[in-house]
Amino acid sequence: MSAVVFARHAMTPAERLRDAGWVAFVGLILGIPLVGLTTVDVGGRLGVETRFGLLAAAVAAVFAGRLLLRWAIDQARNRKQDRDRASTATAADRAHGAQRVVNVLGWVALGASIALPIVFSDNRYVVDTATTVLIYVMLGWGLNVVVGLAGLLDLGYVAFYAVGAYSYALLSTQFGWSFWEALPVSGAMAATFGILLGYPILRLRGDYLAIVTLGFGEIVRIILVNWTEFSNGPNGISSIPRPSFFGLDFSRSAPEGGQTFAGFFGLEFSPMHRLIFLYYLILVLALLTHAFVSRLRKLPVGRAWEALREDEIACQAMGMNTTNIKLSAFAIGAMLGGFAGVFFAARQGFISPESFTFTESAIILAIVVLGGMGSQMGVVLAATLLVLIPEFGRNFAEYRMLLFGLAMVLIMVWRPGGLLSHREPTVRLNALGKASATKEAA
Amino acid sequence: MSKTPTSTLLSVRNLTMRFGGLTAIDDLSLEVPAGRITGIIGPNGAGKTTLFNCLTGFYKPTTGTLRLAHPTRGEMRLEALPSHRVARDAQVVRTFQNIRLFPKMTVLENLIVAQHNVLQRASKFSIAGLFKLPGYRQAEREAIERDDAMWLQRLKLEHLADDAAGDLPYGIQRRIEIGRALCVDPVLLCLDEPAAGLNPRESAELNELLLYLCGEMGIAILLIEHDMSVVMNVSDHIGVISYGRKIAEGTPEHVKHDPQVIKAYLGEDEEEEVTGGATA
Repeated sequence: MSAVVFARHAMTPAERLRDAGWVAFVGLILGIPLVGLTTVDVGGRLGVETRFGLLAAAVAAVFAGRLLLRWAIDQARNRKQDRDRASTATAADRAHGAQRVVNVLGWVALGASIALPIVFSDNRYVVDTATTVLIYVMLGWGLNVVVGLAGLLDLGYVAFYAVGAYSYALLSTQFGWSFWEALPVSGAMAATFGILLGYPILRLRGDYLAIVTLGFGEIVRIILVNWTEFSNGPNGISSIPRPSFFGLDFSRSAPEGGQTFAGFFGLEFSPMHRLIFLYYLILVLALLTHAFVSRLRKLPVGRAWEALREDEIACQAMGMNTTNIKLSAFAIGAMLGGFAGVFFAARQGFISPESFTFTESAIILAIVVLGGMGSQMGVVLAATLLVLIPEFGRNFAEYRMLLFGLAMVLIMVWRPGGLLSHREPTVRLNALGKASATKEAA
Repeated sequence: MSKTPTSTLLSVRNLTMRFGGLTAIDDLSLEVPAGRITGIIGPNGAGKTTLFNCLTGFYKPTTGTLRLAHPTRGEMRLEALPSHRVARDAQVVRTFQNIRLFPKMTVLENLIVAQHNVLQRASKFSIAGLFKLPGYRQAEREAIERDDAMWLQRLKLEHLADDAAGDLPYGIQRRIEIGRALCVDPVLLCLDEPAAGLNPRESAELNELLLYLCGEMGIAILLIEHDMSVVMNVSDHIGVISYGRKIAEGTPEHVKHDPQVIKAYLGEDEEEEVTGGATA
């Protein structure tokens, strides 16, 4: 029976009607026992009543629905064909357009992120969640160097996050270093660990690399759990000092010889001040990270990272020292992760190995992959989604993670290359201000 | 072609490369003159690409020496150098039989990546570059302009400069790969089957390019090729390899009529081989 048409071509109106008629007929047959007949309680005995009016309505709905569905499918197919036909001619234009959209999106996101704490200045939950988003954005941008640009699959990125966090926690609680003093040192520590990890895995690629980095992440966490004298084990490190605003504290009462933020500016004390300050702090750190990574990408070292991702053998044949290129990618990625870790420790005031499990690595990697490998704006989108989906999912209680997984599957089905997979060249010939038309090939 | 004899650029001595029980190259000796095109031919599996891999540091030869008489940097032993130093320091650059471009990067980026070492120094290992210091910007601009003037135009790639290399047709990808190798500034360019997959017109253009590189720019070329219209037309000198051994060497004319070569290519059974050997 070919009445229900699985047509590859656009259907004529007659075909559509016949197709919808058949589907409605099937609906009718199924509907008689399901909708048309119903049992009722007639004085303790079971009776059967008919609901043909409802059945007719259901069948009519099926008929109309089928017509509409076919129409929508044909429309979608036509649009796709049009697009395919147009694509060869205007591929470059569309790429340009896509880039413009991304740029606009970037400025809108920047404006929104600056305005957010002003709009929600008394909403602790929103500012806190936004801070978390920004931490993940920063981590995503850091990992983007290793995975997105250099193409080295790193499943243990959280180790560098942990190194940064513990460096700050120990330097501040044991030696009394301030946030700003500890920040560069902790970043350097994380970079050192990046190189330490990089050395033994120089020859590994793909799956093998992923397994070793996964192991490295676990080693760092397990050391933190078990080396109690050093890291206070599973109890973690508490009362980590909070960052100050040019020496001004965010506490209710000023420390000896110091001043509070609220007191200095003559404001009434509010715990929101600190949260908003932390938010802007991570925003600045993240923007610096972004500027740093985007600039590096356009430098020889950044191009070398991308070339390494594309073809390692060809890199060697072009005289590039792949050892140095890999180590620089690991070191810089790790350093950025370390900075994020310092901020994390300073924000929480308490850290324990619990915060640095494999799940964190997986989420950061998911942000990079979902965003589109190497795409800076993609990371922002993906980080926002991956933090917000579980937050919205709180209403769904135990189905929360299921929802999270479903969203990820849907995104990957919809956009297998990531949310923003367009790659902008690091340099353009025509951007140099030369009209290509004036030069003809010899 | 009457060319004056030139000095030897590369001399391969008693090169042997074994993989376990398999001897891919067996006691091979070969001279590559400076400023000339040397063809390497031989049946599939003869060890031609293995020779390239030994030459460019991807394999470490079991025994034998590879001496490069570099015009400005003195004598170098290629077998002792890792692959990136062969390209960077010895300036011996290769292309690959199965094209190895950086497919997602644009044509121009492919060429610029090949100048990594020069630009990396100019960017003071990224520090000057990070702050957009004028020195680095100047160096980058010069590199792009040089690429543009020398290679994009000569290789007729200018209109494709901002397209992703991997999306372009095969013949063009071959040209890009040669262009990229040239951006490393080679003294010896090793081309592994550059005409594979090219149509006759593209092959003719390739011939022209090779003659230009060798004649005008003085780059010595080592050429593995199956396309006889390329090898026989441009080579000054041809070495024939079969089962890892050199079976003949000489001018194209000489090699073409060498019975050993004909045998290796066309194949002969044992009996004929004996009689062939007796009459030769």
